[in-house]
Amino acid sequence: MSKKQTLVVIGNGMVGHNFLVNLMASEIKDQYEVVTFCEEPRAAYDRVHLTEYFSGKTAEDLSMVEEGFFENNDITIHLGDKASAIDLQKKWVTSEKGLSINYDKLVLATGSYAFVPPIPGHDRENCLVYRTIEDLEAITAASKNSKIGAVVGGGLLGLEAAKALKDLDLKTNVIQFSPRLMSAQLDDGGAKMLADKIEALGVTVLASKNTLEIVDGDSCQHKMIFADGTELETDIVLFSTGIRPRDEIARSCGLKIGGRGGIVIDDQCKTSDPDIYAIGECAVWNDQVFGLVAPGYSMARTVVADLADEQASFTGADMSTKLKLNGVDVASIGDAHANTPGSMVYTYQNGAEGIYKRIVVSEDGKKLLGSVLVGDASGYGTLLQYCLNGIELPENPDALILPHRSDESVGLGPDALPDSAQICSCYDVSKGQVCSAIENGCTNIASLKSSTQAATGCGGCAALLKSVLDCELEKSGIAVNTDICEHFPHTRQDLYNIVMVEDIKTFDDLLDKHGSGGRGCEVCKQAVGSILASYWNDYILEKNHLSLQDTNDTFLANMQKDGTYSVVPRMTGGEVSPDMLIALGKVAKKYNLYTKVTGGQRIDLFGARVDQLPLIWEELIAAGFESGHAYGKSLRTVKSCVGSTWCRFGVADSVGLAVELENRYKGLRAPHKIKFAVSGCTRECAEAQGKDIGVIATEDGWNLYVCGNGGMKPRHADLFATNLDKETLIKYIDRVLIFYVRSADRLQRTSVWMENMEGGLDYLKSVVIDDKLGICDKLEQQMQHVVDTYQCEWKTTIEDESKLKRFRHFVNSDNTDEKILFVEERGQIRPANEEEHQHMKIAEEA
Amino acid sequence: MSSEQHWIDVCSTDDLQPDSGICALIENKQVAIFYMPKEQAVFAINNYDPFGNANVLSRGLIGDINGIPMVSSPLYKQHFNLLTGECLEDESVCVEAYAIRIENGRVEVSI
Repeated sequence: MSKKQTLVVIGNGMVGHNFLVNLMASEIKDQYEVVTFCEEPRAAYDRVHLTEYFSGKTAEDLSMVEEGFFENNDITIHLGDKASAIDLQKKWVTSEKGLSINYDKLVLATGSYAFVPPIPGHDRENCLVYRTIEDLEAITAASKNSKIGAVVGGGLLGLEAAKALKDLDLKTNVIQFSPRLMSAQLDDGGAKMLADKIEALGVTVLASKNTLEIVDGDSCQHKMIFADGTELETDIVLFSTGIRPRDEIARSCGLKIGGRGGIVIDDQCKTSDPDIYAIGECAVWNDQVFGLVAPGYSMARTVVADLADEQASFTGADMSTKLKLNGVDVASIGDAHANTPGSMVYTYQNGAEGIYKRIVVSEDGKKLLGSVLVGDASGYGTLLQYCLNGIELPENPDALILPHRSDESVGLGPDALPDSAQICSCYDVSKGQVCSAIENGCTNIASLKSSTQAATGCGGCAALLKSVLDCELEKSGIAVNTDICEHFPHTRQDLYNIVMVEDIKTFDDLLDKHGSGGRGCEVCKQAVGSILASYWNDYILEKNHLSLQDTNDTFLANMQKDGTYSVVPRMTGGEVSPDMLIALGKVAKKYNLYTKVTGGQRIDLFGARVDQLPLIWEELIAAGFESGHAYGKSLRTVKSCVGSTWCRFGVADSVGLAVELENRYKGLRAPHKIKFAVSGCTRECAEAQGKDIGVIATEDGWNLYVCGNGGMKPRHADLFATNLDKETLIKYIDRVLIFYVRSADRLQRTSVWMENMEGGLDYLKSVVIDDKLGICDKLEQQMQHVVDTYQCEWKTTIEDESKLKRFRHFVNSDNTDEKILFVEERGQIRPANEEEHQHMKIAEEA
Repeated sequence: MSSEQHWIDVCSTDDLQPDSGICALIENKQVAIFYMPKEQAVFAINNYDPFGNANVLSRGLIGDINGIPMVSSPLYKQHFNLLTGECLEDESVCVEAYAIRIENGRVEVSI
């Protein structure tokens, strides 16, 4: 066996880390001993979503490193240590902390730094840049005593930085040297529209301003003086005036450097030394530096392939971009400025709605060369595919940007795309790869995402991915039958809408009017039972509804393996008084129930026979308990930490809020169970980010997380909104929950519901926060109806003699089920196993 | 020559649960009895779920699949044919099915 070679990677940013991930997924991973240097104190994190650090994401949330990645792959990482020199002859890398490593292959992924123009005063206090988490921490600290902020540079990053300052509640200005924002990507018309929209959001845009000097301010810390004689008072200055490649280590060891900086690489990403590669923003290819992450990833893949002796080349990258700036959609494709000789331009401008669209078309009118979209970037996917794949344009290309108000479809059907068409640029997933994943059994968006990684980066291709999926499924004749079962030719969502529109109150009525015959089955009965319960909120054991309920609901308890039930009274927020605890203990003791604390902070009593349930509940209700709905597809618990009332670190009363939320939403029936948690500070002891609805207290209010869950496939909840007051928080939760109840499939948790939703989190936000569908009032009204009509189902049941008739094992005998048998273990009962059953039977017969 | 069928009185029709089930103890056997009022149909099969090894079938949801009246086990959701006791998912498994009728407002079963 040959000895392993040593591969050193300098830089653990997004691209450096992506290289490691690709290498570890390749067949050559065992050929190398891998060592990496990371100058920053933390390993790779997502710089693309850096602004989210201000809207509540933590450094851990932004991390790109899977838990145990370095350990499991035997990669040595030197955190907080900067590689300082390379000796090309001896093949040594030395670090600032004095390490020396002998390499066989070396990959430079040193990235770039924020360029600060040498304006006098640029190094004053609180004159900062926006690039790393440390920068963000410095900005946050500076913002504490500041009122006004200025960003120098109106490019893509500058506008992101402006959003950050706005999120910190500063009055924000963007200072732009050129006459227009995002001058590389946008034309005058698009830039004007973007400036209008950004100003409407409260950010002042100052264009054509050349900053001469920064001096002491009169009302603020600084005063910026511009060439046109005007001035601006500000407390913070953020420079976002472009990036420069970090090439100093390459420069000092003698590698070839580009005319305007950057480490020169060839098509295999090799530098002037054949054993050294450079990838990402530190590299210059064909006189170009690529300031986006996708080309960096593409270089990383090229190097892994080259190391494996495979044919691979980096051949440049498409610099098209689509992003949301302060909630404004902006996209730019290809030759946005119409620089191609003979090109023609079509423009659509809608001042009322703030939409600007422009396409650049080849001289013969057949090919799309470029595009600018502001205010509505929904056509981005289609236009990009036209451009990248050279697909012939329709006869009237302007149809692509004009609003279509009839039913005619102008979108590019996924069928028109070649297999080589790139669907996801973040992970370089082609249409061919998506199609083969579909052939191999991925029939929904969630499974496609996990199998191909498509749409898991920036998410910009989600709509396109969905249309490829639909088209392929339809073609392959996997007629996507979305009927809920053989009894209804409808989806759950259809049935919900029918119930709403036609005011249908019973299953039989729905089956008569909209069914396909037959009597129904456990699938449609439960689904309709749940829909009726969510919408009308009638007592579920009423004559017309009883037979629709799942076993657990019909007896308002949870059936266990031996046919006995467990009983869970509600303990809102996990709060219980000693008296209540004693009362509960007395009941458990009297009926000899196995007692266990649940994960939802309440107490489960096991081993109750069906005939004991009403007796047990009579006593529980007398003691002040009410049903915990542990048996239903409904709100379960709102878990909480103890919060500011007792905890040294708590910043708000998490228990109080948990109790209030649980009391508000108890009894709400949904497509699946719903769990909540409330944490009193960011230590997050209540584990709110693993819940359908999670709330975490901040100094300034509550952060809301949605659509997480534990269980078989855990999913971290997504940050939905930050620093909310209680009233707004409850409004948003009302809306999210009813929207989920209305539109999810049967037995679909909130996480899968959102992952399958076209547009995902952004879409959900637009519905719930921006009221895009104009239904928020209705959603709140429906929730209020559920809240107003809440009843403790057990209280209703024990008060109705006729309902109690069902709670016995035999209709014609007072005997109990002889199969139910308990033995003792650790001082409590448990069901007897088969062997113990046999044993007791023999003993009895003897 | 077949012997005369022996009918055992079980309960009143008022004790039946519409579109749902009850359980009766008949000659030491647990019998799950289901009632579909629309068709005025009653069914009787053994209450023991051979998959879950518990006496629970009377508490399952009922309906039909491809026209066959069935109950879905509350434990692991297998379907049993209410007329024959056969499991629809596994031909080799069958629970006992019994003759049942309604006579003068009374439910009668023949074991």
